Amino acid sequence: MSAPSGGRIVFTAFVALVLTVLPLPPWLDVLRPVFLVLAVLYWSVNAPRTGDIALGFFAGFALDVFQGPVLGQHALALSLVTYIAVREHQRIRSKPAFQQALIVFAALAVYEFVLFAIDGWSGHPVISALRWVHTVTGALLWPPVAAILAYGSRGHA
Amino acid sequence: MAAFGTPAGRPWQGRGGSAGFRFTLYAAVAVVVMYLDQRQHYLEQLRYLLQAAAYPIQLAVNSPPAAWRWIGQSFESRERLQAENARLRAAQRDLELRSMRYEALARENGELRGLRAALPPVADRWLAAEIVSIQLSSLRQRLLIDRGAVNGVFKAQAVLDDRGLIGQTTHVGPWSAEVILITDPEHAVPVRIERTGLRTIAVGAGDATSLALPYLPANADIKSGDLLVTSGLGGVFPEGYPVARVTAVHRDAVQPLAQVRAEPLAHVDTDSEVMLVWFRADRPMAPTPAGKSLVELKSGIPSLQPQAVLPRPQPTAPGPPAATPQPARARPPAAVPRRQPAESQATEPQATEPAAAPKAAAPKAATPQPAPATPEPATPQPGTPEPSKQQPPTPQPDASQAKEQP
Repeated sequence: MSAPSGGRIVFTAFVALVLTVLPLPPWLDVLRPVFLVLAVLYWSVNAPRTGDIALGFFAGFALDVFQGPVLGQHALALSLVTYIAVREHQRIRSKPAFQQALIVFAALAVYEFVLFAIDGWSGHPVISALRWVHTVTGALLWPPVAAILAYGSRGHA
Repeated sequence: MAAFGTPAGRPWQGRGGSAGFRFTLYAAVAVVVMYLDQRQHYLEQLRYLLQAAAYPIQLAVNSPPAAWRWIGQSFESRERLQAENARLRAAQRDLELRSMRYEALARENGELRGLRAALPPVADRWLAAEIVSIQLSSLRQRLLIDRGAVNGVFKAQAVLDDRGLIGQTTHVGPWSAEVILITDPEHAVPVRIERTGLRTIAVGAGDATSLALPYLPANADIKSGDLLVTSGLGGVFPEGYPVARVTAVHRDAVQPLAQVRAEPLAHVDTDSEVMLVWFRADRPMAPTPAGKSLVELKSGIPSLQPQAVLPRPQPTAPGPPAATPQPARARPPAAVPRRQPAESQATEPQATEPAAAPKAAAPKAATPQPAPATPEPATPQPGTPEPSKQQPPTPQPDASQAKEQP
């Protein structure tokens, strides 16, 4: 598969960011996966050259601007997740969708754990089980999200 | 399939070292940024810029609901509007009658207490702000409002609605500001139980609809139905505004502290507008009155104009200490330090507003008070501002705080 252009990646990341910060009613807000993390994960697995750790960092920074209590929190978490995904991209890419979803669940859990830890260290502890809900919905939504992102990137096949 | 993730010579070798190296780099940057941000003021400038950059996206993201609301409003029927108009007229008449009385009472109260010149600072200017977006999850309860530094909004400014306290601003951009709600688990507001005068702290309970009062001893005099008002301690919120009503008091024999829940009076979920309040003497006015009035003229809604709510005499007057404060009712808010009897009779704020706008910069120049270190948001600092009634010209944010209680 040919590497998608940087423009496409930035565009999808932007759309994902909009979806992530879109105002929703509270109950739906808890369920909403962090679409931006899903998009970044997709690109780090499928286009590790273009979508790099830099993508993770800046996407995380954008999230910080919109919803971070501490600037740099999401950036760190998303850099870490991106790093893992880029490192293991070949293994992840070859898995079937179901197993990919499990891996994504693990990645989202890592992501949320980093946020959780930083929240605690920085004095904004949010001890609520609800904050972990999106890892599950994110994993469940991974197959469709990946399919949508794949649809544009390879016109053939 | 390559069994090992990173054989040497793979693509990511090309750009500035290995993936691990680049990750370390970015992680270090993130950690440094976090450290600087946690030490607050280092990144204020950056925050300001980022807030400005994010605002268009936030506006755009919120535009569908806003458009829907606009369409709904523009197709409202004539009868409904007329009915609403009549209702509002009646409400306004009632309020005006009440405020006439209030003014007399406030003056009398001040004179009785011999504190004419050092009355507690209550809000002397409001500015309505529209809610751009609401985040009301259990983890994070924030608002984004469409007023920013251009309108004179500052960090840790109190935000109210017509029923009670909503929260305070946390990040201020040029055209927008983020408001943390009192129900946010990270927020605490110093309150006073109105019935007894007992002071305590109300913290966000984590769900969007209640506050907790975790620091009351089990034998504290509090019961369900008590009204909590702001105590004014800490200097962030003006004193005496309703915050919440106690809904549940649970006393456990083995617990030293009572578990008290309260329900906020403000209805953030149904509000479309909130009120920003200026009451501190060190934050008198909008820095750019021209831009401010322009914004308001553009919006054209009279309620968006800052209104003089406070007929109480302000201690900011640079006049002689013994000067009798005049009951300048509906005084244009811009003219706080200047007594203007000629305008004191005018009841329509919007009529006097354009005339008053150019003077808005005056108080800023007249009181070049070096801001006494702004108190931590939402952290009560009982000992900070001491009442100093010997120096009436000096604006004291919390003057006569201690005298509230008999």
